[in-house]
Amino acid sequence: MSDEVRVFLVDDHRLFVSGVRSELGSSFSIVGEAGDAEQAVAGILETSPDVVLLDVHMPGGGGAAVIRTVAPQRPDVRFLALSVSDAAQDVIEVIRAGARGYVTKSIAPDDLAGAIRRVHDGDAVFSPRLAGFVLDAFAGESPPSLDPELDQLTTREREVLRHIARGYAYKEIARQLHISVKTVETHVSAVLRKLQLSNRSELTRWATERRLI
Amino acid sequence: MVGAGGLWHHRSIDTVRSDVPSPPPAPAPDGRRRFRLVRRPADRILAGVAAGLGDELGVDHAVVRLAFVVLSFAGGAGVVAYLVLWLFSSDGTVESSRAAPSDDATSRLLKTGAVALVVGGLLLLLRAAGAWFGDAIVWPVALGALGSAVIWMRAGPDRRTRWTRAATRHPVETVFTGEMSRGRIAIGALCIAGGMAVFLAAHNAFSAAGNVVIAAGVTAVGLSLIAGPGMWRLGRQLAEERRQRIRSEERAEVAAHLHDSVLQSLAMIQRAESAPEMATLARAQERELRAWLYGRPDGQGQDSLSRAVDEAAARIERLHQVRVEAVTVGDRTMDDRLRAMLQACGEAMTNAARHSGADRMSVYVEVEKDAVTAYVRDTGRGFAAANVGGDRRGISESIRGRMERAGGSAEVTSEPGGGTEVKLVLPFTQ
Repeated sequence: MSDEVRVFLVDDHRLFVSGVRSELGSSFSIVGEAGDAEQAVAGILETSPDVVLLDVHMPGGGGAAVIRTVAPQRPDVRFLALSVSDAAQDVIEVIRAGARGYVTKSIAPDDLAGAIRRVHDGDAVFSPRLAGFVLDAFAGESPPSLDPELDQLTTREREVLRHIARGYAYKEIARQLHISVKTVETHVSAVLRKLQLSNRSELTRWATERRLI
Repeated sequence: MVGAGGLWHHRSIDTVRSDVPSPPPAPAPDGRRRFRLVRRPADRILAGVAAGLGDELGVDHAVVRLAFVVLSFAGGAGVVAYLVLWLFSSDGTVESSRAAPSDDATSRLLKTGAVALVVGGLLLLLRAAGAWFGDAIVWPVALGALGSAVIWMRAGPDRRTRWTRAATRHPVETVFTGEMSRGRIAIGALCIAGGMAVFLAAHNAFSAAGNVVIAAGVTAVGLSLIAGPGMWRLGRQLAEERRQRIRSEERAEVAAHLHDSVLQSLAMIQRAESAPEMATLARAQERELRAWLYGRPDGQGQDSLSRAVDEAAARIERLHQVRVEAVTVGDRTMDDRLRAMLQACGEAMTNAARHSGADRMSVYVEVEKDAVTAYVRDTGRGFAAANVGGDRRGISESIRGRMERAGGSAEVTSEPGGGTEVKLVLPFTQ
């Protein structure tokens, strides 16, 4: 059932890394781990994993810095951000740097495994809180912009995000909205893209504060 | 004048090299000893003559130095006097730490006053004799020196040490920022002397009016160098002190908070007997710390719906040892109707915690322009509407009843094995 997704762990909390290792070890192949940004970049470039499980806060630069360094050289590597922090700027920073999703460290092991597979398949993973934040950030009038498509959510996307915030899994959302799981995934990926590319001030504010732009 | 300029220049270099702040005023000698001028190389700026003279006379070194500066403008008399005294003094390196009974403040003040009078008298004398660079120069310098001496005398020992340290720390800073710094006084005096040199070279006379203006201008520059930046320096000092105070207060606040919350929780976790109890403590602490780190500061948004939802979720987690993932989109100030809705929401959460059998639930509250909607969802065992037990129906009625009294509605969706979701809607007409 498992197609042996190759996972690389980046986290400076050894206890957490060993916990995740034992949880995921049976269904994934853990190809390496790193405790800081520098090690992470070197390790990822060397092992070329499928998915990098990436802590947002680390010594020597955050997860976003790792993504920005690695992504141009290894475009196939996918990143799933993992953090204890719900602070919007942290989440948005790492998503805008290129992470395909974000989950909190309190996530159940099964859900984490599911999220890794989803990211590996090229889909996006939103925690309920991230979904809530996106709804908040995209609420209200969209600012005048070159690409209005990017700066607002469609009704359907809103609906999907609401369900994620309400705690529904993709499969359940599909059933509730009478659409296929694939369609749900498409909607979430579209939202992720908007999250990464939109110029909405709610999103760019964090980015400019951290001098990302 | 050229000679004096060279000396002053040398003096400023001396200041730069000196890393030793001058000590508090040396004690005066006791009266029985013969007057003997001993140079104090340890306290020197030039050769230690002024320091030695100060010790001999029982006045502050700074006062003596200022007197020399002032007299130097009376035809260079100060410079001549300094050189003469240097010749007749002995090197005091060997006995530099001689102990003498210290004068009381009044006596030192009297002696300082005497020095001021002597200098004043000498100035008048020299003016009458023609050894004079002009009224526009000498009197302002004398007055400035007098003012500086008063400030210096009135300052406490610790402030003097601070000033001196500020003056000897860095050459550039010394010149432009050091309050009462030797370097600045030296350079100010240099300016004045330079102005005079130009003046003399160009006209060889003291009468040309235009040159008085130039001389006065140079004098003003010199004086502002001597006295002006003191205020700026003081301001910077105060700002720095304030910054440090704020920093330490913040640190203390963080420490106090961590002590009250995290350390207490960690202690309780170590004493906890069961894993669920530990998990509950850890979860409650996590929520609290998260709110403190990323949430609004106290007193802000205190009365907001999002905060109330978070608090309700935290309460349920504490009481029932389940995880509650609460997400709020938008916000609104609490009022009676929202409070009723929140109570209904709390009932729904309690319900899910007690009956669903699931160890986690999701709470989602969305504030829109015309309504507030809340969802409480669990993935527990669920139920079929037909076989709802009496107490269960009661709770669901109490949820619905509350919502309807507040002008809203409640809707419960559930299926056996598929979890339960309670949806609450409270419309707003505006």
